[in-house]
Amino acid sequence: MAYNLKEEMNKTERFHSGHRLCAGCGAGIVCRAMMRAVDPEDKAVICNATGCLEVSSFQYPFTAWEDSYIHTAFENASATASGVEAAYNVMRRKGKLDPSRKFKIIAIGGDGGTYDIGFQSLSGALERGHDFTYFCYDNNAYMNTGTQRSSATPRFASATTTPAGIESVGKKQNQKDLTQIVVAHGSPYAAQTTLFGNLKDFHEKAHRAIYTEGPTFVNVLTPCPRGWQYPAEDLAAICRAAIDTCVWPLYEVVEGEYRLTYEPKKKLPVEEFMKMQGRFAHCFKKGNEWTIEAAQEYVDKKWEELLQKCGR
Amino acid sequence: MSIRERLSGNEAIATAMRQINPDVFAMFPITPSTEIPQYFAQYVADGKVDTEFICVESEHSSLSACLGAEAAGCRAVTATSSAGLSFMNEVLYVAASARMPIVLAVSCRALTGPININHDYSDSMAERDSGFIQLYAENNQEVYDNYLMAHRIAEHPSVRLPLMVCEDGFITSHAIENIELEEDEAVKAFVGEYKPEHYLLKAENPLAVGPYGISSYYMEARVAQARAMINARQVILDVAADFEKTFGRSYGFFEAYRMEDAELAMVLMGSSAGTAKAAVDGLREQGIRAGLIKLRVFRPFPAEELAEALKGCRAVAVMDKSEGFSAAGGPLFAETCGACINLETRPKLIDIVYGLGGRDFTVDAARSVYQRLETIVRTGETGPVYSHMGQRE
Repeated sequence: MAYNLKEEMNKTERFHSGHRLCAGCGAGIVCRAMMRAVDPEDKAVICNATGCLEVSSFQYPFTAWEDSYIHTAFENASATASGVEAAYNVMRRKGKLDPSRKFKIIAIGGDGGTYDIGFQSLSGALERGHDFTYFCYDNNAYMNTGTQRSSATPRFASATTTPAGIESVGKKQNQKDLTQIVVAHGSPYAAQTTLFGNLKDFHEKAHRAIYTEGPTFVNVLTPCPRGWQYPAEDLAAICRAAIDTCVWPLYEVVEGEYRLTYEPKKKLPVEEFMKMQGRFAHCFKKGNEWTIEAAQEYVDKKWEELLQKCGR
Repeated sequence: MSIRERLSGNEAIATAMRQINPDVFAMFPITPSTEIPQYFAQYVADGKVDTEFICVESEHSSLSACLGAEAAGCRAVTATSSAGLSFMNEVLYVAASARMPIVLAVSCRALTGPININHDYSDSMAERDSGFIQLYAENNQEVYDNYLMAHRIAEHPSVRLPLMVCEDGFITSHAIENIELEEDEAVKAFVGEYKPEHYLLKAENPLAVGPYGISSYYMEARVAQARAMINARQVILDVAADFEKTFGRSYGFFEAYRMEDAELAMVLMGSSAGTAKAAVDGLREQGIRAGLIKLRVFRPFPAEELAEALKGCRAVAVMDKSEGFSAAGGPLFAETCGACINLETRPKLIDIVYGLGGRDFTVDAARSVYQRLETIVRTGETGPVYSHMGQRE
């Protein structure tokens, strides 16, 4: 059935308002859209890594989650999900659960809980082949503790542990390419998406990931107004700039086959993305022009590599 | 009818697990606990259990997976030692605060460094404040029996706390001893089914686990957890009483060995008790009123009962098989002193740290401890309160 935003929005909300996420934060949009991708007749168990989302969505005695939810620690969302999935399998096998009620096991964490401290746990769960979907809301830094750099922070972004200054142009390293690392695990489905347009791209990838058997992965570029330093209302425009500059290419990998899911009609220069955000402000100062050139060079190289993988 | 067998402590635990047939076992190997999941893997391979057995990539993940499984509605178990237990540290606290009655077998082993694979309690003692119930055992029979009681204690509605079944690495875990096993059906009937009221996979009523608890709520959660540990005291005794009725072997918070009229006593845990009992018997033959307390339950700490058992003594040596680096004595000493503090008349108390990293503890060594206690009584001089024994100087 074709995607229809109006119909999607008529679904019963499974991530409720009243949570404490910031205005202009992408994580709440990710959660609402993620839960819309679970078919209404199915249940879910959400396994959440420590982070902004966890402290904002389940502050005792309130929860924003309509479905079962568990938070245990920062680095173990995938291991926790592994246990939930094991429980689901054995309880069904032993006849302890109604076989007509399907549960989808979903893990979700920020880039800190996914790219870095939770990376081992994620890798282990992917390798073991648990039937679950991991959503990473990648906001490019450790936002819950105040914008410290992560391995997902792009080069030249000013973070509180890689601040720009007289001797610094922000973070020195490029972003770790986690999606491809997941693909290297042999995951049956991995995709990159972000929050733009009517969320069709997000919805289709999320639904396919959740309904593909095995360990699947959706990496969502998720702007953070505090860390990226933009006005709350610019969220969708920044996501759009990320895909039109190819800073965050949209693609999916099905059983190892790469498929580009969005190609900008005109690939915009990377500064169109960078200039919208305070974290790159120093790149536009006199004498730092080279940073924008270097950023462009890296984006171009990664984009070419991706096109090749997609058979272009 | 019980079955006479010869088993190591690890195989005794694995056997108890097979009989209980837990829902989920998440494993990661570490010496000397590794045999437990190995035996169990064979039970899975041979179709003797229908447990979901998952081989995870670390101890942090094994306990995290157990936590997820237990919250989802399952009976979840694992086993570890030493650095593995330390690596679980964060999740131990989370499991206890989430009130998940996971049963964790610990083959107690020294912590690094230097790296050492032999027995002491530096791993389990380092986790004494994690919120886990801790049961200790002198021999393989006690390890097996503790394991049979573990789920019932942990899962009791007034407790709902995770529990460590501790055995002494290599000494108990690997040494093969005679043991009385119980029939599979009798064990299943004694342990019963796990039927949690709330769980993640309850389709008609979702559950949220692990909230952010701000200052207005955090303390209530911690007090509830503290009360659960207090409640565990009675439950441990009740389960032991039912165990004795069912299987005939008797257990309490500790074993008081020849303590009725003892003037000199040792307080210790685990396999050293056998050695110390031999020393006590020898001293008794010489007319020396020596006795021994072998602690079985370290958490909850049976402070009142221990004080009551020690109040008639004139000198007590607390034997710590872990070094707490407090510069004032090990953890068992601190707890024992705390237990005795309000006695009208207290024995003199000293702490002896011994047996670290598998250093042998002999009958002669035990006898020398009683000799020290005798000197304390005779001279009225306590001497060094905190000392080490068995090391080269």
